[in-house]
Amino acid sequence: MRRRTFFGVGLAAAAAGTAVTTTRSQPKGPWRFFTPEEAATVDAICECLIPADRDPGASQAGVVNYIDLQLTRPFKRYQKAYRQGIAAVDTVSRSQFSQPFVALSADRQVDVLKSVEKNSRGFFDLILNHTRQGFYGDPRHGGNRNMASWKMLGLPYPPVRGRMHYEDRPKEG
Amino acid sequence: MALKHVNAVIVGAGAGGGVVAKELATAGLSVVLLERGQWHSAADCRKDDLRNQRTTVLGNAFGPDDERNPRVFVDNRGEHIVLPSEGAYSNNAACVGGGTFSYGAQAWRYMEKDFRMRSTYGDVAGSTLEDWPIGYSDMEPYYEKAEWEMGVSGDDAANIFKAPRRKPLPMPPLPPAKEHQLLLPAAKRIGLHPFDIPMLRNTVPYNGRRSCMRCRWCVGFACELSARTGTHNTVIPAALATGHCELRTDAMARDILLDDRGHARGVAYFDAHNRLQEQTADLVIVSAGAVESARLLLNTRHRLFPHGLGNRYDWVGRNLQGHTYPGVSGLFDFDTFDDLGPGASIAICDFNHGNPGMVGGGMLANEFIRLPYQFMTQVPPWISRWGAEHKDFVRSAYKKTIVITGPVQEMPLWNARTQVDPKVKDHWGIPVARLSGGKHPHTLEIARFLAGKAEEWLKAAGATQTWKRIPPNTLSGGQHQAGTCRMGNDPKTSVVNRDCQLHEVDNVYVIDASVHVTNGGFNPALTILANAYRASGNLLKAWKGSKVSS
Repeated sequence: MRRRTFFGVGLAAAAAGTAVTTTRSQPKGPWRFFTPEEAATVDAICECLIPADRDPGASQAGVVNYIDLQLTRPFKRYQKAYRQGIAAVDTVSRSQFSQPFVALSADRQVDVLKSVEKNSRGFFDLILNHTRQGFYGDPRHGGNRNMASWKMLGLPYPPVRGRMHYEDRPKEG
Repeated sequence: MALKHVNAVIVGAGAGGGVVAKELATAGLSVVLLERGQWHSAADCRKDDLRNQRTTVLGNAFGPDDERNPRVFVDNRGEHIVLPSEGAYSNNAACVGGGTFSYGAQAWRYMEKDFRMRSTYGDVAGSTLEDWPIGYSDMEPYYEKAEWEMGVSGDDAANIFKAPRRKPLPMPPLPPAKEHQLLLPAAKRIGLHPFDIPMLRNTVPYNGRRSCMRCRWCVGFACELSARTGTHNTVIPAALATGHCELRTDAMARDILLDDRGHARGVAYFDAHNRLQEQTADLVIVSAGAVESARLLLNTRHRLFPHGLGNRYDWVGRNLQGHTYPGVSGLFDFDTFDDLGPGASIAICDFNHGNPGMVGGGMLANEFIRLPYQFMTQVPPWISRWGAEHKDFVRSAYKKTIVITGPVQEMPLWNARTQVDPKVKDHWGIPVARLSGGKHPHTLEIARFLAGKAEEWLKAAGATQTWKRIPPNTLSGGQHQAGTCRMGNDPKTSVVNRDCQLHEVDNVYVIDASVHVTNGGFNPALTILANAYRASGNLLKAWKGSKVSS
């Protein structure tokens, strides 16, 4: 509960000060694979891919937590791709804007990602798919915090039409 | 310690093997049913949208596992190791029930012309298109048996194209969901003949199991109520109840054991503790699915069969086919989603045959219910792949789309094949399947044609925008995999005879979709089940007559 409150406040602050990117909340671990710096970069990439609008974006939905967790599980085989891919994003960022990716404005981050999409399609598609999974997938896997995307889509809450549901209803003829 | 000799050992407890086990055990034969996977239950319906048999990004729920079961896939970029959770693997579930444990359960009879493709359409350049050695009339009693014994719901009375049936389906269809209500009058308006899809799914209590509760978690998942019907909750329990059948799970077959004369004497397999076991038997029935059945035959080497069992004329593993699915999405300006599973419910057979310039065709139906992550593949090509536009489209369109899709009856290809890899071995040291080949160009022409028809249907239903997906020219297989041990009368151009018995060895049978000469423009499950009933009947006649013995 405490953590959820902290996030709410942090995002409100970030939303209020979109121009001042340094006030952006840091994604919260514990990190299983990423360094805190990598986690911050991945969090920022994911947020560009699925940005907050009137509904939460990838950052608020904890997509980076999904990716971090799965990189120690079935995504182990992508660990190297992430380590290199994150570094490559920062390299592009520094060469274009002389700053690390997390320090850029949202517009500039999008510019960097467009370049990554063009030149490192493999890593870009990997993180794009993982971001979609972490945002639209089941919260049990570490993302979609508070069922953010399912609420956005207006799916019944909780999204289980199961045995309880069956028994609650009068028998159909 | 040697295992007790039995009359029949069956490799694979899926659609084919499950039926054979029940038929043989009921007739009093002693049977061992080997299954490399496990026996899952309704309690294994974890409603996990990222880890199931349909969406495998976090793995397959019902096997095989990524750790022990690689394959080699060859395409124009070279050869690569592929894992079961990756698309190119052509996976079908490895568990008791096989594909029928977690499938969508459409229960189609093939049409008369589907058994006579060559006679109907003639030669197709570049394809090994051929007639089956049996016709629809040979299959009809067994389709009926499968429908009534296992339980099929639906109503195909309005399908004027269907092959004649003696009995109607035993259960009524589910009440129509919103998509169905939109698509039904639209199809009729444009002169099509829509009807309720036959499904291996209880819509009323049947055979001691409950009826479908219409949840969202259907294709790819275990059925929480066991209302969906597979061999795991029908024929396999029935086989075990006879007292004549033993089911062994976690049993990975290595090869078929042959005596000096080339006669089969059983199966060598690795048990749950990776110990090599030899199960001797009078009969060996191979029901491991089109890829694994071919692999087992090819891995069975003998002085008399240096290129694999049944492979004297190089037909084993050839003609691997599945179904090419064109898909069309329609966007509506009102909600089409009412969260009622299974989703797929209405179909047309107007374009299975008789299409100008086309060799066959396929059935078209609405798609199963789309979970949010699955919806990513429904986003049209003109929407950005990421960013605000993509998110906004998903939000606004998720409940306003209908997808129509259907299985194209493919043109079989000599070079679409399963081999065994010369280098790569699995966890048990068994050479793995090596998949290569592509699709016949005409298969893709049919797919484009069907997509056009699906688009007309969606527009008639009020879609404001539509977009098509035509599959790439890559190897087919997957859950509908078939064709690798072709059934035929001529030993030089087929692997098994019309009774599904190897031409080369009379006590080895292949009873699964491997024997399909062509794969119909339909989901193949009911045909696999019906053919297994038919082949079992013929096998038992031969058994009682002459006692095939080792």
